[in-house]
Amino acid sequence: MAEKVMVKGNEAMGEAAVRAGCRLYFGYPITPQSELTEYMSRRLPEVEGTFLQSESEVAAVNMIYGAASTGTRVMTSTSSPGFSLMQEGISYIAGAELPSVFINVVRGGPGLGDIQPAQSDYFQGTKGGGHGDYHLIVLAPSSVQEAVDLVQLAFDLADKYRNPVLVLADGMLGQMMEPVEFPEFRDLNTLPDHSSWAMQGCEGREPHKITSFDIDPINLEKMNLGYQKKYREIEANEVRYETEMIEDAEYLLVGYGTMARILGTVVKMARNEGIKVGLFRPITLWPFPYKELESAAEGKKALLTVEMSMGQMVEDVRLAINGKMHVDFYGRTGGVVPTPEEVLRELKKIVERSE
Amino acid sequence: MAAKAIFKKPQSLSDKEFTYCPGCHHGIVHRLVAEVIDELGIQGKTLMVAPVGCSVFAYTFFDVDGTVAAHGRAPAVATGMKRAMPDKVVFTYQGDGDLAAIGTAEIIHAANRGEKITTIFINNAIYGMTGGQMAPTTLLGMKTTTSPYGREVDREGYPIHVSEVLKELSGVAYLERVAVSSPAEVRKAKQAIKKAFMTQIKGLGFSLVEVLSTCPTNWGLSPIEAINWLNENMKKEYPLGVFVDKVGELK
Ligand SMILES: Cc1ncc(C[n+]2csc(CCOP(=O)(O)OP(=O)(O)O)c2C)c(N)n1
Ligand code: SF4
Repeated sequence: MAEKVMVKGNEAMGEAAVRAGCRLYFGYPITPQSELTEYMSRRLPEVEGTFLQSESEVAAVNMIYGAASTGTRVMTSTSSPGFSLMQEGISYIAGAELPSVFINVVRGGPGLGDIQPAQSDYFQGTKGGGHGDYHLIVLAPSSVQEAVDLVQLAFDLADKYRNPVLVLADGMLGQMMEPVEFPEFRDLNTLPDHSSWAMQGCEGREPHKITSFDIDPINLEKMNLGYQKKYREIEANEVRYETEMIEDAEYLLVGYGTMARILGTVVKMARNEGIKVGLFRPITLWPFPYKELESAAEGKKALLTVEMSMGQMVEDVRLAINGKMHVDFYGRTGGVVPTPEEVLRELKKIVERSE
Repeated sequence: MAAKAIFKKPQSLSDKEFTYCPGCHHGIVHRLVAEVIDELGIQGKTLMVAPVGCSVFAYTFFDVDGTVAAHGRAPAVATGMKRAMPDKVVFTYQGDGDLAAIGTAEIIHAANRGEKITTIFINNAIYGMTGGQMAPTTLLGMKTTTSPYGREVDREGYPIHVSEVLKELSGVAYLERVAVSSPAEVRKAKQAIKKAFMTQIKGLGFSLVEVLSTCPTNWGLSPIEAINWLNENMKKEYPLGVFVDKVGELK
């Protein structure tokens, strides 16, 4: 089996994409993910792939639209302001049902914000972001190894459902170096065959048309109902999450990505002090593990959601809990990462209140 | 006695009825593009990118693989396609709002990269689809629904000369401005379109044909009046001619 190597998160995600059979990258530099763009510019020519630095994120996302229309594996990566610029194109891609992978290495916002890690693009990623009734599949890694695994999964899910998939990372994960075991290179001949719908030239068949457009509302509604059917299927099959020490827990922490890692430390610290706490970590942010969280929370005294934002995922947590218990929230924003100590303090306040 | 067909629909046009107004030049240009595709024998390997504008349905009018891009982004979409499928022939079809306003960055950079794609650019000095608003190409003094007092330099600036701007870019291998207001011009326009596609097929770089085009509906003129207006006004502002030709004589 492959041995472990030390890699920076951003570069690891790039290598993971290459190993997943991605040979096309379009993107525009932005901190804290530029290493990923740079990595692809070095790496893709080595594997006879194509790297193109676009003139903007607006152009990048439309290049993705074009490449994905041909059924070719393709990706881009960016950080928050760039992801905002991509929203129109992503809406078109979702409507045209084109498989493609996006990585957003989130930084502090709004506006130009800063370049420190944040989780304040959760709404944008999971609730649409662009116009229209659509969803991205959203995957949230909490370690560099998991980022590698989820980038691979992202391509497979994108192909399987003909849907854009977003890997929602943050600046911490992008900049962090960790030991990683890379998967084997995907044999390009085993990549899914999209010739039944893709634009590859109409020689010997009827022309293929790719669009998110229909001027007739009845037809457009039909198209929309088609997307919704697919979304229900994704919700039924693709929910992913992880738990830590929840069986005997009296309290539950909920967090994703980098924050969940810090919460893992909080669980250990709290348990050392005799507080029985567990962790619930959504891996798919869309589809969100509503039912799974609901049952994990059953019988717990209290639940604390922690985010590197002023509270975005907590809205989904509250939907999952559906008023059955009080959901507390703690968050820091603007690129400030909560420390385990300060989260533990918050947890203790809740414990005091609940005893 | 069996009748002999002497004029028929190009194979690369679909059976879909055009959605264009009477006297609109979009339809003429569609036919020319389709004839060129037929003559070059590239129907089976052509990928087309339609814009947002009156020609938004163009991806259904051509019997080739087609899609419609977001407003102004067709050159980026075409870039993605061509990079994914370098052996295919990729073309965009765009209006002047699409290409010269919202899509300025995409066309400039695709041209400058020498992207091996072809763009058919319809300059009708107005936004047709949305009901006759000012375009960047609108002539000075011209009244539109958003320049109701006539376009003025102090307020709206000058009409933009897309071909004159693009000709300075090294990636451009073929660039011509044509009109389709007379049979002779139609023949010339077709040659230009053919050369533009040949440029791409030969891998020489970016190619674009700008077509001065009528919009009788939003100009408020009859089809004949519209042609006269184009001849008298648009050709002065936008002189016809070849700006870049790295292809040479067609065999
Ligand atoms: C992002 C965005 N902004 C605005 C529009 C509305 N819109 C549709 S077509 C168009 C102008 C089209 O004009 P032009 O490109 O000149 O083409 P024509 O209709 O004249 O052929 C506009 C502004 C849109 N569809 N998308
Ligand atoms: S509105 Fe103008 S450009 Fe559009 S189809 Fe009618 S005449 Fe042609």
